[in-house]
Amino acid sequence: MDQYFIIEKFVLITILFAISLLIAMYSTYAERKVAAFLQDRLGPNRAGIFGILQPLADGVKMFMKEEIIPANANKWLFMVGPGLAMLCACIGTAVIPWGQDLNIGGRIVPLQVTDINVGVLYIFGVVSLGVYGVMIGGWASNNKYSLLSAIRAASQNISYEVAMGLSIIALLLVTNTLSLREIVAQQQGWHWNVLYQPLGFIIFMVCSFAETNRAPFDLPECETELIGGYHTEYSSMKLGFYLFAEYINMFVSSTVMATLYFGGYNYPGMVWVAGQVSPNAAALIGTGIFFLKIFTFIFFFMWVRWTIPRFRYDQLMNLGWKGLIPLAIINIIITGIFIAVRNF
Amino acid sequence: MGTSVFYFVATLSIIFSLMVIFSKNPIHSVLYLILTFFTFTVHYVLLNAQFLAVVNFIVYMGAIMVLFLFVLMLLNLNKENEPNKSAMLKILGVIAGGCLALTLVGSLKAVSINSPLVLKSANLGLVKNLGKELFGPFMLPFELSSILLLAAMVGAVLLTKKEEKVNG
Repeated sequence: MDQYFIIEKFVLITILFAISLLIAMYSTYAERKVAAFLQDRLGPNRAGIFGILQPLADGVKMFMKEEIIPANANKWLFMVGPGLAMLCACIGTAVIPWGQDLNIGGRIVPLQVTDINVGVLYIFGVVSLGVYGVMIGGWASNNKYSLLSAIRAASQNISYEVAMGLSIIALLLVTNTLSLREIVAQQQGWHWNVLYQPLGFIIFMVCSFAETNRAPFDLPECETELIGGYHTEYSSMKLGFYLFAEYINMFVSSTVMATLYFGGYNYPGMVWVAGQVSPNAAALIGTGIFFLKIFTFIFFFMWVRWTIPRFRYDQLMNLGWKGLIPLAIINIIITGIFIAVRNF
Repeated sequence: MGTSVFYFVATLSIIFSLMVIFSKNPIHSVLYLILTFFTFTVHYVLLNAQFLAVVNFIVYMGAIMVLFLFVLMLLNLNKENEPNKSAMLKILGVIAGGCLALTLVGSLKAVSINSPLVLKSANLGLVKNLGKELFGPFMLPFELSSILLLAAMVGAVLLTKKEEKVNG
């Protein structure tokens, strides 16, 4: 473990953190612009050209608001909640391979913070931990609507985690590895996993909508029933943290979907491109394409939010337990039979 | 380095597990239990058992403890309405705890420091090796334990079913 290794990882982590925050910031702007576009409005256009400074203005507003902690709230846990939500949102990107290795002055620099050989499970663990921020915050507020919302969030997450895990198992049958680096490397060119696992991808995507509490599954923030949801009692930057964590989660789920099913940094014709330009440039083009895929998914998240109305709670549970889980099990069986026949 | 990390994390595990017992608020207890499980995950990583570490992380911290927290929040247990334990129960508790301590001390004495258990391969905890072991030599016990879990699951589903009224 030399000093360059530490510097390299430190720089990578800092850049990743900055990019996550920047993308989350501009997702709030993009969401309002997309909503405006879909509803035939203009959207934010006052701060800067095309309203490009709107996220900054929103950020300043959040910081300037009065900070209120309810008298009967559990003070420590009230503060831990948003912090935990933010933490769990930020550590998910650590195992994602962002591109092919760079060669900086004869030194091979992998564009991945760490390649643990249980990468897929790590992401799954971080996702399942994310619900604690919501639960602790909702309970510590000492408000019955917050509590109801926290319980909704927990039951929703547990239900959809099952289907998500089952859809990942079918994917792992195809890839034979849990390391995200190897999973991406296998999908060279056009061999994207979505072509082998279309049903698995759809299940995974629906589950990630539920895991990130996005519409049409944003039951924990259902304002018509719950005032505001788990963050009813929150104000100022603590509320900002919750909202921000949601957008970072959206970014992380988009990244995971692009990595697992849509080839990560791979794109058709990458071998030809690699022959034309230097290896570093080729790697960076791959990273650019990866981000393009991520942005497409983020747009898809927003598109769905402004198109499909919210589910009712029993519909949500029925879809999860009676729809997606049997479908995911069937998917595993079909995949297993295919692989058994191919290897026969 | 490894040993000092172990002692640090082990101290944390002991402190957190004591806090599970000593905190008055049940929710705080569960949160300390989550922290205890987290330190266990670190222990597994130190032992090079990555798969066990991440499964402990997902299953215990991510799923089971969420359910614990969920139930406690629904029940809304507070220290005010907790029934007072009688003196008899307290004495019984002390005796039971003493017996457990005696057993622990006895078993610790039996374990000799001079003959530590050495694994055949240090990489046994990695996913690939663990899978080969579980689905190779330990196939039958592994499948039997999964049937046990299935039976528990079916039982739980059966309990939630309402009893149908018999006419007549």
